[in-house]
Amino acid sequence: MTFRSAEIKAEDLPGGDGERYLLSGDWRGQTILSMLKEFQHLEQVRSRGRVEIDLSGIAGIDTAGAWLIRRLMTAKGEQGSEAVLIGGEGPIRELIGVLPEKAPAPPSDQGDKGTLFERLFAPTGKAMAELGSDFYAAMHILGSAVRGAQMKLGRGAGVSPASVVTHIDRMGVRAVPIIVLMSFLIGAIIAQQGAFQLRYFGAEIFVVDLVGILQLREIGVLLTAIMIAGRSGSAITAEIGSMKMREEIDALTVIGLNPVGVLIFPRLVALTVALPLLTIVANFAALTGAAVVAWAYSGITFDTYLSRLHEAIDHTSVASGMIKAPFMALSIGIVAAVEGMKVGGSAESLGQHVTTSVVKAIFVVILMDAVFAIFYSAIDF
Amino acid sequence: MEKGLEAVKQEGEVNADGRQVVLSVRDVTVGFGSQLVLDHLNLDVYRGEILGFVGASGTGKSVLMRTVLGLLPHRSGTIEILGVDYDNASEEERMLVDMRLGVLFQHGALFSALTVKENIQLPMREYLDLPQSLMDELAYLKVEMVGLSPDAADKYPSELSGGMIKRAALARALALDPDLVFLDEPTSGLDPIGAADFDALIAKLRDTLGLTVYMVTHDLDSLFSVCDRIAVLGQKRVLVEGTLEDMFACDDPWVQSYFRGKRARSVVAHEKQPTAEVEKT
Repeated sequence: MTFRSAEIKAEDLPGGDGERYLLSGDWRGQTILSMLKEFQHLEQVRSRGRVEIDLSGIAGIDTAGAWLIRRLMTAKGEQGSEAVLIGGEGPIRELIGVLPEKAPAPPSDQGDKGTLFERLFAPTGKAMAELGSDFYAAMHILGSAVRGAQMKLGRGAGVSPASVVTHIDRMGVRAVPIIVLMSFLIGAIIAQQGAFQLRYFGAEIFVVDLVGILQLREIGVLLTAIMIAGRSGSAITAEIGSMKMREEIDALTVIGLNPVGVLIFPRLVALTVALPLLTIVANFAALTGAAVVAWAYSGITFDTYLSRLHEAIDHTSVASGMIKAPFMALSIGIVAAVEGMKVGGSAESLGQHVTTSVVKAIFVVILMDAVFAIFYSAIDF
Repeated sequence: MEKGLEAVKQEGEVNADGRQVVLSVRDVTVGFGSQLVLDHLNLDVYRGEILGFVGASGTGKSVLMRTVLGLLPHRSGTIEILGVDYDNASEEERMLVDMRLGVLFQHGALFSALTVKENIQLPMREYLDLPQSLMDELAYLKVEMVGLSPDAADKYPSELSGGMIKRAALARALALDPDLVFLDEPTSGLDPIGAADFDALIAKLRDTLGLTVYMVTHDLDSLFSVCDRIAVLGQKRVLVEGTLEDMFACDDPWVQSYFRGKRARSVVAHEKQPTAEVEKT
C-alpha cells in the first residue's frame, strides 16, 4: 500500500486580503517529510489577513499530519491572522479538532546546575559517599548473614542444608572441570617459562620449587577466586537482582523471612566451602601440569619431581594459600550480594550491576591477596 | 468512490453487510505437543469496531492473540491481517503490516531502559524519518492523548504506577497511528474509575483515529460500555460472537453464567439506569 507524499501550496485569496493554503496528498508520518521544510517556511512567514486552510485535497491523515495542520493554525493565530479550515471530510476535521493548540510542554529543566566548583566536586563527593554506603551495605549483609541464619522462627535449624548443598553443587562441583583445565595449563606455562630461564644457570631442577611455591602460595587461590568471581559472583548478582526487580525480595520480607538469611547466607556458606576445595583441586591440577612439562622439556622424572617438591614446600606454603580462600570467597559473595541488592527496575541496571559485581569482586580478591602477601612477609610466615 | 473501492480491495474482503474485514482468521489450529489449544478456529474483525474477546482463564485467548501477531506458529489455517496473508507475505509486506498494528501487552512490555518518551519514539524512529523536534512534539501529544501528564514522559517504566504503565504502553501502541490495535486485558489491575477512563479513551480514539480494536478483557464494564461486538472463546473455538443481546440469547452454560451471573446482572442494572443518573454518579 503506497501513499502519495503530502503537498502544501500557498496562493493569494481573490481580493488580496489573505492567503489560502492548498493541502493535498496523504498527510501521514511517512509522507510529510518531503514538504516539511516548505511547511515550516510557510508557518514562519507572516501572513496578512485571513488564512484559509483547504483540506479538500487530503487523501489520508494521521496524528502527525493533523498535528502539523493544528500547529499551522496556532502559528497563524499568534501572528494575528485568523485561520480557518475549509473543505475536508468530517473525520479529518474531527481529528484536527481534538488536538490541543500547543504541544504539551515538556517539564522544564530541574533547577540550576550549580557552580563550576559544585559540578566538579559533586560527583567526587557522590562517589565517596557511595563507597561508604557500599561498605556499610557489605557489613550489613555480612552481619545479617551471620545473624540471619538463626532468624527463622518456625524451624529449628537456621540454614536449610538442601539449599547450601545445591549451591555447593552449582558453584563448586560444576566448576571443577574448568578449574582443573585452567590450573593444569597455568602450572604447565609457569613450569615451561621457569625452566627456560633457569636453564641459563643450570638450575633447571629449581623449576619445581618455583612452581610449587608460586602455585601453592599465590596463583592457585588467586586464579581460582577470579574464576569463581566471574562464574558464581555474576550468577549471584543476577539471581538476587532479578528477584529484586520482580519484588520477590519484598515478598520474602513480608512473609517474615529475612532475605539475607534465606538467599544470601546459603550462597555465602556454599562459596566459603567450595572455594577452598576448588583451590585444592586447582593446586593438584597445576602441579600435575608442571610435572608433565618438567618431564617433557627438562627431562625431570616424576620421582625426582616429587622428591624435590617434598623438600621445597612445607605445610606453611600450603596453609598460607589455603587461609586466603575462605576470605576471598566471602568477599566475592558479599560484593555480589551488595550489587544484586542495588539492582533497580530496568534490565539495563541489572546488566550494569552484574558487570560491576564481577569487576569489584576481582579487584577485591587481588587487593586481598596483596594485603595477605604483606602480612605474611611481616610475620615471616 | 473509485478510490475507496480500490483501497478496500487492497485492505481485505468486504462481507455481505458491506463491512470491511481487517482481520480474518480461518481454520486456525494451534497446539503445544499433544495438547490442542485452538481447533479450527474462525474469527472476523471488521473495520472501525471494538471487539471484546472473552473466555475462561486458560482457554487460549492470549494464545490466539499471539498466533495472530505471528509470535506463535499455527498448525493449519490462514490468518489475514489488513488483507495480507501473513504466512505467505514477503518480508516487506510483513513490515508494512507490522507498521499498521499496535499491541498493548498485558504487562505493558515497555522497554525498561528507555523513558516513556523514548519508548513512544522507538517505532517512530524505526519507520518514520522525522526531525527530532517533531518527534518530541508527537510523543508529548501521544502522552497527553492517553491521559498522562507531560512530566511522566521523561520517567522510566520502573518509576510509573501500574495504570500509568498501561497508558504509556497504549501511547507506544498508538505511536504510528495503527489501523488495528490489540489490547490484552487493558483494564485489568486498574481502579474502576481508571478503567472507565481507559474505556472512554479507547472509544474516543476509535472515533477520532478510526482504529479497529481487538480487546481481550475480563472486565464486564468494558464489554457493556465500549465493545461493539463480543466473541467468546471456549472449547477450542469461538463459541459465539455478536452483540450483547446475542450473548444473553446464547444457551451455552459458560456464556450464560458469564453474562447472567451476579456480577454481570449488577453491571447491567447499572447500565440500564437513565443516563442522567449515570452521569451523576
